Amino acid sequence: MYKIVERRMIVPNLHEFTVEAPAVAESVKPGNFVIVRPDALGERVPLSVADWDTKLGTVTSIFMQVGGSTAKLARLKPGDTIPTFAGPLGRETTIENYGTVLCLGGCYGIGSIYPVARALKDAGNRVYAVLEARSSYLLYWEDRFARVSDRVFYITRDGTKGKKGHIAQIPDLMSQFGIVPNLVIANGCTFQMMRISMVTKPLGWKTIVNMNPIMIDGTGMCGVCRLSVAGKTKFACVDGPDFDGHEIDWQEFLARRKSYNPEEVDPLRRSSCQSRF
Amino acid sequence: MSEEKAEKKKIDLARRPMPKQTPWERIKNFDEVALGYPVETAVEEARRCLQCKKPLCNQGCPVGIDIPGFIRSIVEGNFSAGIKKIKETNALPAICGRVCPQEEQCEKACVLSNKKAPIAIGRLERFLADWEAAEGKIEVPDIAPKTGKKVAVVGAGPAGITVANDLVILGHEVTIFEALHECGGVLIYGIPEFRLPKAIVHREVEYVKSLGVKIYTDFIVGKTRTVDRLLEEFDAVFVGSGAGLPWFMEIPGENLNGVYSANEYLTRVNLMKGFRFPEYDTPVKRPSRVAVVGGGNVAMDSARTAVRLGADEVHLVYRRSKAELPARAEEVENAEEEGVIFDLLTLPVRLIGDENGWIKEMECLRMELGEPDASGRRKPIPVEGSNFIIPFDAVVIAIGNSPNPLIPMTTPGVEINKKGGIVTDPKTGRTSRPNIWAGGDIVRGSATVISAMGDGRIAAASIHEYLMSKP
Repeated sequence: MYKIVERRMIVPNLHEFTVEAPAVAESVKPGNFVIVRPDALGERVPLSVADWDTKLGTVTSIFMQVGGSTAKLARLKPGDTIPTFAGPLGRETTIENYGTVLCLGGCYGIGSIYPVARALKDAGNRVYAVLEARSSYLLYWEDRFARVSDRVFYITRDGTKGKKGHIAQIPDLMSQFGIVPNLVIANGCTFQMMRISMVTKPLGWKTIVNMNPIMIDGTGMCGVCRLSVAGKTKFACVDGPDFDGHEIDWQEFLARRKSYNPEEVDPLRRSSCQSRF
Repeated sequence: MSEEKAEKKKIDLARRPMPKQTPWERIKNFDEVALGYPVETAVEEARRCLQCKKPLCNQGCPVGIDIPGFIRSIVEGNFSAGIKKIKETNALPAICGRVCPQEEQCEKACVLSNKKAPIAIGRLERFLADWEAAEGKIEVPDIAPKTGKKVAVVGAGPAGITVANDLVILGHEVTIFEALHECGGVLIYGIPEFRLPKAIVHREVEYVKSLGVKIYTDFIVGKTRTVDRLLEEFDAVFVGSGAGLPWFMEIPGENLNGVYSANEYLTRVNLMKGFRFPEYDTPVKRPSRVAVVGGGNVAMDSARTAVRLGADEVHLVYRRSKAELPARAEEVENAEEEGVIFDLLTLPVRLIGDENGWIKEMECLRMELGEPDASGRRKPIPVEGSNFIIPFDAVVIAIGNSPNPLIPMTTPGVEINKKGGIVTDPKTGRTSRPNIWAGGDIVRGSATVISAMGDGRIAAASIHEYLMSKP
């Protein structure tokens, strides 16, 4: 059993989740994910890793409450235990000195891009963080990014912080500051990663995205996490989760990502509509 | 003439049938299909054994069970002696009695198989194992004095459990690291409840634990810790990390929604208990027209699972003819009884989706059989222009898988073959590195439970020899 050290709603619907798992903390790298099972009846839920503390033996993720399983995770309190916290899984993000790197985070991906930005900074890159949300109240960890980036940019849909707009504004924003990245790395919801890939493709900015398909075992056995990359089938859990965003078949990926949507929300409907009975 | 002779010697050629749930009952539940021999039937069947002076049956067993020995114990009514005899060489009798392809092994070697009436060795093995469990008096073998040597076993599947069992009995300290949250490997995630109840797997795992084997679940060797890291702590490592990524046909449409690998389909149902959604959180779809592509035991398991999930029509699509089906005859028969439709000599060439990216139809070609190919089976050849389209709302691809990539990816110096499997010396199970052994599907790709156990037995002997030769 794995002990919950912290579980708090950091912004509406997003939870910061820290678990005692020393063996995972010892081996985890930026870009990895873990498989979490909230209870004995629970699904195996993949969560991107957002931070860790080797000394304390803890691992932190940010997750969004979407369906039944994440609702169960969102009800956990410090001191509770969960039966499964396995990892680190997936290949780590390749960290080199690329020169100038744009780290784009949105939603739970603000959390998981943070250790990527930190490692890139340590590797000698000029790191620009771009944090994107619908509104300023959905942003978090700004102080952490300030420490590991040369500059942090914000884009909000309603203009309550930084530039008003969305992903499509990034090229403008960058040219305004004379920034031409050697690499863009994006972590976030599927839609955001698809949009940034579409925006950067005509500019020729190489773009790495950290994919988030449905998974079961997460260890290279079941094959549910497959996606088409440059016309070939790849498995996110062992070939990724990082892939070149310009080579992904996004339509196929979006469809696969949604394939269990009805079942995902079904438990919520059941648990919230007791009055029917 | 031969039958006459049999008459004279009064050889009983009536192989006792296994009581089973009727097809119309069992398609509505996930309970075990084969119900096991009652005591009287087991004794009757055991009495048929000729007790050959030079038995061939045990030579057909990958783990070398003393088959005439345990059968004699059944005849004598000494069931506890019988199960003890089996356990000398087989840690998992309740499992092997159910899922071993006996007709290809011990029963094929039985002299009575010439008369098409081999002793039902598997059923008798199962009988003893179930008898012991029902009695609740589990025989534990004597354990040798502690050697002080430590062995890490990667994977709690049939290979790993066998290695752990053999080495702990020899006095070594054994720790199993299992990547999933439950022990058993393919016995848990792959083989369905109706063929191998999970309670039996749990029971066998508890037994190995009771011998002193330590088990860590949710520990992914290669990721949580590498094999090299384990070797800092352990004197030897056995890798039994099992099956890996499923193969697909590499035809258009395989990434459509509603197209599953058998690994995914069966894992959802067996390991994650998707058939009990929403009590369990992991969902599995319940489509009405299902195609399963392939002809092995995994294909049969998938097709029969689809039947139980309520499909109106389940088709098994296989490119060769019935004679070439690699599945056990018993499983083919079970599938037929349960209403699975066999589309033989049929090759899928394209999967066609609807506007939302869900599978809608499958385009196939008719095949005919040509000359035997490298596998010795007649090669299927497409009949030109025979294309036809069948509607399906789910397709399960059950054409095999490669070995799991995690250990090969993270263990430098271990030789890997073209298919991604670990290369071993078949006589010892040793890899190209001196203190690492491997066996089961990580070596073979996709094989059987018993061959994995056979690999485990061989590797354990070699590991023991190595450990004892070390100062």
